Amino acid sequence: MSAMARSRNGTLTVLGRWEAMLVLLLVLVCTLNAQLSPYFLDVDNLLDSTFTFAEKAIVAFPLAILIIGGEIDVSVASIIALAAVMMGVCADAGGGTAMIVATGMVTGLLAGLVNGWLVTSLGVHSIVITIGTLSLFRGIATAIVTNGAFATFPPGLFFFGRAYLGGRVPFELVFVLVEALAFGVLLHMTVYGRRVFVMGNNVQAARYSGIATARYKRVMFAATGLFSGIAAVFLVSRLGSVRLNIAQGWELQIITMVVLGGVSIAGGAGTILGVVLSILLIGALMFGLALINMPGLIVDLCLGVLLIGAISLPRLIALLARRRIF
Amino acid sequence: MNGRSLAQQVFTFASARREVALAAFLGVLLVAVALRAPAYVAPSNIKNVVIDSSVLCILVVGQLFVILTRGIDLSPAANLAFTGMVLAQLSQSHVGLPAVAFIVLGCLVGLCLGVVNAALIAGAGVPPIICTLGTMVVYRGLIFILSKGAWISAHDMSEPFKSFPLETWLGLPNIVTTALLVIATAAVFLAYSATGRSLYAVGSNPLAATFAGLSVRRTEFLVYCLSGLMAGLCGYLWTARFAIAYTQAAEGREFAIVAACVIGGVSIAGGKGSVGGAVLGALFISVIETALPFIKVSPFLQTAIFGAVILIAVAVNSRAERSKGRLILPSTESASLRIALSAREQAR
Repeated sequence: MSAMARSRNGTLTVLGRWEAMLVLLLVLVCTLNAQLSPYFLDVDNLLDSTFTFAEKAIVAFPLAILIIGGEIDVSVASIIALAAVMMGVCADAGGGTAMIVATGMVTGLLAGLVNGWLVTSLGVHSIVITIGTLSLFRGIATAIVTNGAFATFPPGLFFFGRAYLGGRVPFELVFVLVEALAFGVLLHMTVYGRRVFVMGNNVQAARYSGIATARYKRVMFAATGLFSGIAAVFLVSRLGSVRLNIAQGWELQIITMVVLGGVSIAGGAGTILGVVLSILLIGALMFGLALINMPGLIVDLCLGVLLIGAISLPRLIALLARRRIF
Repeated sequence: MNGRSLAQQVFTFASARREVALAAFLGVLLVAVALRAPAYVAPSNIKNVVIDSSVLCILVVGQLFVILTRGIDLSPAANLAFTGMVLAQLSQSHVGLPAVAFIVLGCLVGLCLGVVNAALIAGAGVPPIICTLGTMVVYRGLIFILSKGAWISAHDMSEPFKSFPLETWLGLPNIVTTALLVIATAAVFLAYSATGRSLYAVGSNPLAATFAGLSVRRTEFLVYCLSGLMAGLCGYLWTARFAIAYTQAAEGREFAIVAACVIGGVSIAGGKGSVGGAVLGALFISVIETALPFIKVSPFLQTAIFGAVILIAVAVNSRAERSKGRLILPSTESASLRIALSAREQAR
């Protein structure tokens, strides 16, 4: 894709590192929020506000690695829905907490394996495959749950999405931070991570230099599926019920988190730190908009403007600078 | 003996001309549905299916232009809903406006939204999938601001606004005539005009197209404008046909539009695809969607079947689309060309 192939070199020279811009934006949004509401800078409030994005963040990290590796998965929200529904089925069948959690994770893993297998065996661009599985997974979930709901879960399950460590810090937040650290180390400090970057830059060169690209792709899709399943565990645990529209539209928000974090959609570039910052930025923005009672669609609109603005402004500045208008 | 070679010939012909294979498959599907539910192929129902597939056909043509240049447009459904809301409000405030005015205004509003995509993608170099993902939610949000979340239903719309799509001219409903006109124009445009051919050139090999004197950016700009224009036209037709305008109108259709193209053999990698294939893909999706209730498949199963159909179609098409794994030289060549090109740009 010609437009996709354009690197963000221009961005790097004009604004310094992408992460610096994200920090700047984050400070700006937090300052505005603090002006808007005296309740924003309350530690407990801030910690609780992480619930609004924690489950999406869980999926954002493996998806970031997948996108850096040159593929994409738009079916993540459908995997979350399918895993959540299977957890409901398991609970209805009398499964215990451990069984339900395992069901969610295994469902996610299987869905991810299906994606990976289809992409590598058909050799078709992953956006086409995952648009198909987006419908398929959501469709299976819909066929099972119909217009009913699963609302009875054992109390033990509620630990994941509702527990606080040390009485203040949500367990979900701790999980996200540990996950970010683990994926950060994996991507930036191991040979596996370097190979992912190589694949994202030139998948053929990667193959000719001896990287088992198909296996890497399958593992990356499986990981994205597994963590979508884990996100479903947290989500079901927090909500306590599963309905037809669970996680509807989340794929866009999760992809926004990844791309806003500076991960190149063409593959080959991006950092976990950037994704962490973009998650915090989106979280702060959503929290601020909630404080001033903005309806959901307007929140989405702001996210869209933020996404387009953050991606296009540096490019425009670079473009204008090259034409010596500045 | 002859029969077998004939069958082979037919098979070779069909796999060479994907449109023929798809049309044959569509025919088989129709026969299968007719055997289960004869009411489906009753003329009155076929007429309804054709009417309801018109909008999808037009949208798919717009998407075809975009995908041919290696892009993707996820915003047409939101564009459609926005344009529909603007026009529905206009029909409320200006009761006397004729249908022609709505068509022209619809195209213009859609074009404006398309220009936003075009400027961001071709001008600022934002990746198409990111840009249109963003504008998709932005346009939805704008409808909400414009309508304050309210619906505009049939009795709020003016008579000329509502009646145009289903009025007949030469025995055909206007909505179908419009779709046929768009399809025919697009087919001629892609096959016989220099600009149309340049879409294929840019999509097949942007670098070679640049060296041949084509402007990749200008071509990209054009296709997103055209996609927006078509979405705007559909915004009028859809809203007037169903006589309702609301924030979530046609939500989720963006995937059906892309899926129709993929089923129709349009390569997501660019440069490959025809109007005929894309339209057949759209008809295929319309038939699947409308036939399921007739053969008494639970509506809750429809999404899953829809997904399975897309995957099967992709699997069938994949042989043609599989990238050749051993092309070392061409990529090296294109890399050196890219270096030469960037050197040229810097010299400028």
